[in-house]
Amino acid sequence: MRSAERGRTGAPAGGAPAREARADPAKSPGRGTTGPSATGPSATGPSATGPSATGRSTTGRAARATLVAVVLLLIALAVGVSVGPAGLSLPDVAGALLTRLPWHPAVTVPAIDTDIVWQIRLPRVVLGALVGAMLAGGGAAYQGVFRNPLADPYLLGVAAGGGLGATIVIVAGGSAALLPPAAFLGAAGAVTLTYLLGAGAGRGPQPGPGRAGSTGSILLAGVAVAALLTAVQTYLQQQHSQTLQAVYAWILGGLSLATWSDVTTILPYVIVAAGILLAHRRLLDVLRVGETEAGSLGVDVARLRLTVVMAATLGTAAAVSVSGLIGFVGIIVPHTVRLTAGASYRIVLPVSMIGGAAFLVLADVLARTVQSPDEVPIGVITALAGAPFFLLILHSRRARPELA
Amino acid sequence: MISFHGVGVRYGSAQALAEVSEQVPAGQWLGIIGRNGTGKSTLLRAAARLVGHEGTITIGGQPTAGMGRRALARLVAYVPQLPELPPDMATLDYVLLGRTPHIGYLRTETQADREICAGLLDRMELAPMAGRALGTLSGGELQRAVLARALAQEAPVLLLDEPTSALDLGRRVAALELVDELRGERSLTVLSVVHDLTLAGQFADRLLVLDDGRVAVTGDPARVLRDDVLARHFGTGLHVLTTPAGERVVVSSRSTARPGKLRPPAPGR
Repeated sequence: MRSAERGRTGAPAGGAPAREARADPAKSPGRGTTGPSATGPSATGPSATGPSATGRSTTGRAARATLVAVVLLLIALAVGVSVGPAGLSLPDVAGALLTRLPWHPAVTVPAIDTDIVWQIRLPRVVLGALVGAMLAGGGAAYQGVFRNPLADPYLLGVAAGGGLGATIVIVAGGSAALLPPAAFLGAAGAVTLTYLLGAGAGRGPQPGPGRAGSTGSILLAGVAVAALLTAVQTYLQQQHSQTLQAVYAWILGGLSLATWSDVTTILPYVIVAAGILLAHRRLLDVLRVGETEAGSLGVDVARLRLTVVMAATLGTAAAVSVSGLIGFVGIIVPHTVRLTAGASYRIVLPVSMIGGAAFLVLADVLARTVQSPDEVPIGVITALAGAPFFLLILHSRRARPELA
Repeated sequence: MISFHGVGVRYGSAQALAEVSEQVPAGQWLGIIGRNGTGKSTLLRAAARLVGHEGTITIGGQPTAGMGRRALARLVAYVPQLPELPPDMATLDYVLLGRTPHIGYLRTETQADREICAGLLDRMELAPMAGRALGTLSGGELQRAVLARALAQEAPVLLLDEPTSALDLGRRVAALELVDELRGERSLTVLSVVHDLTLAGQFADRLLVLDDGRVAVTGDPARVLRDDVLARHFGTGLHVLTTPAGERVVVSSRSTARPGKLRPPAPGR
């Protein structure tokens, strides 16, 4: 893929964002040592339970980890708008950003620079942040609701359905504008199919993985639906091999064609999905003790699961519709948060969303700079940079005592 | 407090429980005993409405069938045989999960909820563990944390499915003593599955023997812990001895002798 920014090719800046990403674990807070702080319980708490001051630690740690993630995201956004093949200097970028703001100071910036920043870089960076937030948040939510560490946002067929929808449009010669809605419908349709098949499978009260509506039967239905849709997609692709290139490019994913209209299209879905997921963070913590015990604590597990899956699907389907299939984000970001900041969903959900946004923006910076002016597919970067980083975290974690 | 009227449970075509009718007055401790697979756990799960059942179960006169999940969880706290204990969850956070039926959907716990749970940790001598991960607690501490979570529900009925199976004998007694004390403090109605018949007789007010999903015998421990009753519903080889203090002790004897083991040690050794 050619970069959207052509012409003046700047110096490759591949190293800087990588260092940025690696700084993450070191900056993350809370290694079980976060003791009582200024935000400890009020003086009305039972005085005999002195160490219960640590009782706020989950809330406190969530706030701290969120703050770190926000700082990381701001850095990622700054790097994202500053780096590109056009080789604008930092003052140029800052000036270009300012000129479109109300009451901006008097700065004169060439119109072309302003356009590069506002029409090419900024929508791309913002779209990357939204997509990253949805993929990481969706992954975290799926892991919580299915109590499966390997769950990713594509688990129930989002990827296969989105891929099929996009392939149909490309094969039929539809306009590029039809790609996002087709991918969205395919993704959402696949999950609906999975859910209907899985939740209705093997009606009967006997316990076990095949029980009606159990997570096991839903996951198995997801595997079957994904296999089926992928087979159809592959068949279509082979029957129209002249479109192979276009289909392949979409499936690999990327943000190179990002526009403000993409951003405004998915923003409502992102807001609704993120809102619903964040609102369920405490209930996902209840689910950590299992479906039976959560049920005995008064949680309607089936309804909780359906609500969370619907919200996560809405968000990831919207993300897939504008970015194609970007793998790995939904697995490594939530687990990195768990390993560095804590496993409570009050931490994992918000921090994964913000951290996922930062991660994808930085990955996209790499995607468009390492081989400038060509672009590396962003999915290659997320795996190539993400996998070693994640292994590093996994490894360094082993020597440490348990987190609370 | 809790009554069962013709309660039955089917797993597919298998009838796990049938025609159970029993009343447990407020503040009483009912011990549920019986061989493996006779429906003891199923009875507790039916009471917590974790499995569908026939017949009627009422708590304080209200049928549980029509209640919402949250309303039921404010009346019945259930501790499964093998509770799921996320190793990286802080003890206080775990106990706070017990407040779930009192916290509105999508709401988060209040300071009052935190104080209730801090008080429970105190009562359970777990206060120093409040911020520690469950994975770092000992078996006895975990068992008290599970109990604390159940008590955080502030439900008048406590269902314990073999609460002490993972503990050594001394800790089993201590755990059951604790349940008994809490029952007195909070006037709880306790239904518990206990496999150790001696302990069941020492702690429960009444015993209910399940055999093949049906109630075989109910009554106070003196009526149930008898050689003939145990022989009928547990098989041969169980004997009830009475200590000088009047406590009933259930011991087992082998049905086939093993002479080699019983021979006195050789003189040279």
